[in-house]
Amino acid sequence: MSAVIEHDNHEDHHHGPDKGLMRWVLTTNHKDIGTLYLWFSFIMFLTGGVFALVIRAELFQPGLQIVEPEFFIQMTTMHGLIMVFGAVMPAFVGLANWLVPMMVGAPDMALPRMNNFSFWILPFAFSMLLATFFMEGGAPNFGWTFYAPLSTEYAPPTVTYFIFGVHLMGASSIMGSINIIVTILNMRAPGLKLMQMPLFVWTWLITAYLLLAVMPVLAGVVTMMLMDIHFATAFFDAGGGGDPVLFQHVFWFFGHPEVYIMILPAFGIVSAIIPTFARKRLFGYASMVYATSAIAFLSFIVWAHHMFTAGIPITGEMYFMYATMLIAIPTGVKVFNWVATMWKGSMTFETPMLFSVAFVILFTIGGLSGLMLSIVPADFQYHDTYFVVAHFHYVLVPGAVFSIMAAVYYWLPKWTGNMYNEALGKTHFWLSFIGINVTFFPQHFTGLAGMPRRIPDYALQFADYNMISSCGAFLFGFSQILFLFIILQTIRGGKKATDQVWEGAHGLEWTIPSPAPYHSFSTPPKNLEEAHG
Amino acid sequence: MKQGNTTSFALKLAAVAIGMFGFGFAMVPLYDVICDITGLNGKTGDQVATTEDVVATDREIKVQFIANNNAGMSWEFRPTVRTMTVHPGASYRTDFFARNPSSKSMTAQAVPSVTPYYASRYLHKTECFCFEQQQLATGESIEMPLHFIVDRDVPDDVHTLTLAYTLFDVTEQEDVALARLH
Ligand code: HEM
Ligand SMILES: [Cu+2]
Repeated sequence: MSAVIEHDNHEDHHHGPDKGLMRWVLTTNHKDIGTLYLWFSFIMFLTGGVFALVIRAELFQPGLQIVEPEFFIQMTTMHGLIMVFGAVMPAFVGLANWLVPMMVGAPDMALPRMNNFSFWILPFAFSMLLATFFMEGGAPNFGWTFYAPLSTEYAPPTVTYFIFGVHLMGASSIMGSINIIVTILNMRAPGLKLMQMPLFVWTWLITAYLLLAVMPVLAGVVTMMLMDIHFATAFFDAGGGGDPVLFQHVFWFFGHPEVYIMILPAFGIVSAIIPTFARKRLFGYASMVYATSAIAFLSFIVWAHHMFTAGIPITGEMYFMYATMLIAIPTGVKVFNWVATMWKGSMTFETPMLFSVAFVILFTIGGLSGLMLSIVPADFQYHDTYFVVAHFHYVLVPGAVFSIMAAVYYWLPKWTGNMYNEALGKTHFWLSFIGINVTFFPQHFTGLAGMPRRIPDYALQFADYNMISSCGAFLFGFSQILFLFIILQTIRGGKKATDQVWEGAHGLEWTIPSPAPYHSFSTPPKNLEEAHG
Repeated sequence: MKQGNTTSFALKLAAVAIGMFGFGFAMVPLYDVICDITGLNGKTGDQVATTEDVVATDREIKVQFIANNNAGMSWEFRPTVRTMTVHPGASYRTDFFARNPSSKSMTAQAVPSVTPYYASRYLHKTECFCFEQQQLATGESIEMPLHFIVDRDVPDDVHTLTLAYTLFDVTEQEDVALARLH
């Protein structure tokens, strides 16, 4: 093996990274682009986080103290949009860029120039979105779900910038997913079978197909809005023969698969990390692949569980209720497999493992509140309350976001060649873990008691829980500065990482040197036993 | 796994994306068809021809009329009677009153909705002001007729039907095709 590596390195002499800024602008290297995506997403994460803290500061006490209601609702809207489309999705694409080629033994992504383009669209899209704060009428104020006619007839004039922003980031996602599919299906090292691929590659393959299917529908729905606003069509305007409820159907046809787009790669990440630190093979590899496919398929036929209160006939409600509950079965399979992998393993709890174990527990809590919401009569009560907010933050923050953090700690030594500071990493984990639970657990209670979401003020009986929630949010928010510090510290130096990095790690990415050379697998790997992480 | 495949594979995937963009738009007619078939959303059917029908004199149904203005609409708009008691199968007439108090000529479109939604397909309109747009000059007023029949097949548990009209200002969008409106 080492002979092969030296050979690779020798070739690299001529193709090392360019110097200076243009390296990043013009790069077609999957590792560079992965890095760009990850930094972009981190900046968006902090931006969206600041908006969240504005929200929590206002909700610290009942009454209006810090911001105007008009600005508050811009904050909730932009927080959701930035976190979903700017932080979580690009972070997963960044991880895919870094890891998929290394995991399948490919030298790069299949379409490197398109890769560069799909990244560089994003800063433009989000600058445009953020610039609306400084325009007349202010930023979008119709919620991240932008229901018509709130987002058409009653929207601020900046809605057009929002629409173009969504078009751009949709184009970026579609190009990114095409690239990932082609890479996985066409560029695998010769002899690497599909059922030998690590689960992260599998989950991303399925996610990419989801993206390909639903991002165009999102583009369609914003195009309809654009036409309603500027070209006098009436897709969503009842006065012209349209129907606002149609908006919700088209949006959620995109929206529900979208929430799985944000969680399937996370499943792949914890399926890589848990076996490493339990020092056992992943339990039920094949069932994980099938469960992921089942979840992806089901995600297309449950969308109206977001619309139970929109006036659906009883048969429709029953259908969507049972279909939604069905998703809990493949999801349960996954949770059982992770637990079974840990069962009787010789576990150690380094930072990536801590985040992954927390993922399994807290994501399951989020799944259970999801099941409660899928019960139609219960949802009549819970819909648009803080209970829904608690549900999706449990699946998205200690779910998707924790998995991304776990991935960063897990692969950072491979990327930088240096070990991060374990004590600081654990501190970051515990601060985040406590912060997140203090923030979102009480929201279950305020939600059940009827506190509506997206409002800047609330009745006095909710005051205590909201204050607790706000304290947790500030704890979680400020702990991320520690995360930034740890990453920067690791990039600059630290204990040298070995090639395998973690004692129990398996997979092709651990067979190449740390830091991963600028070009890896220029010649395909031979030892494919290792591939199946 | 040959490089040559890459471009054509990527193009095929791009075609899928374009197809799904089209699918998003295909959801619009699909939605209307489903609403038509099931009567969801309380959308009522097309104009029907008057038919000689047997009247179910043994059943009485209360029909309530509601008139609303959409946001920003300034017209006076109200039913001339608020409720009628009807026999299924018989034809009835009522009127809605509208007046344009604004200082400009305006065009309006009324959009109906029936509650309970599953009864909407049993409410037949033989003539309705909602089939057309109404244009009123400043200060002008009009009594607009509605002829309807409640179908004899209306489910037994329906004792009250509510027909609500919302009046939309369409002065700005006069040339928009409004074929789908009833
Ligand atoms: C067992 C699995 C799940 C079930 C049964 C479920 C069920 C539901 C239901 C019924 C709602 C609608 C609540 C309402 O608005 O009244 C909902 C909302 C939501 N769910 Fe889930 N869910 C599940 C998993 C997930 C996952 C994995 C994610 C994302 C990673 C997620 C993200 C969301 C989001 C973002 C919303 C709120 C959207 C909004 O209105 O802003 N859910 N869920
Ligand atoms: Cu959903």
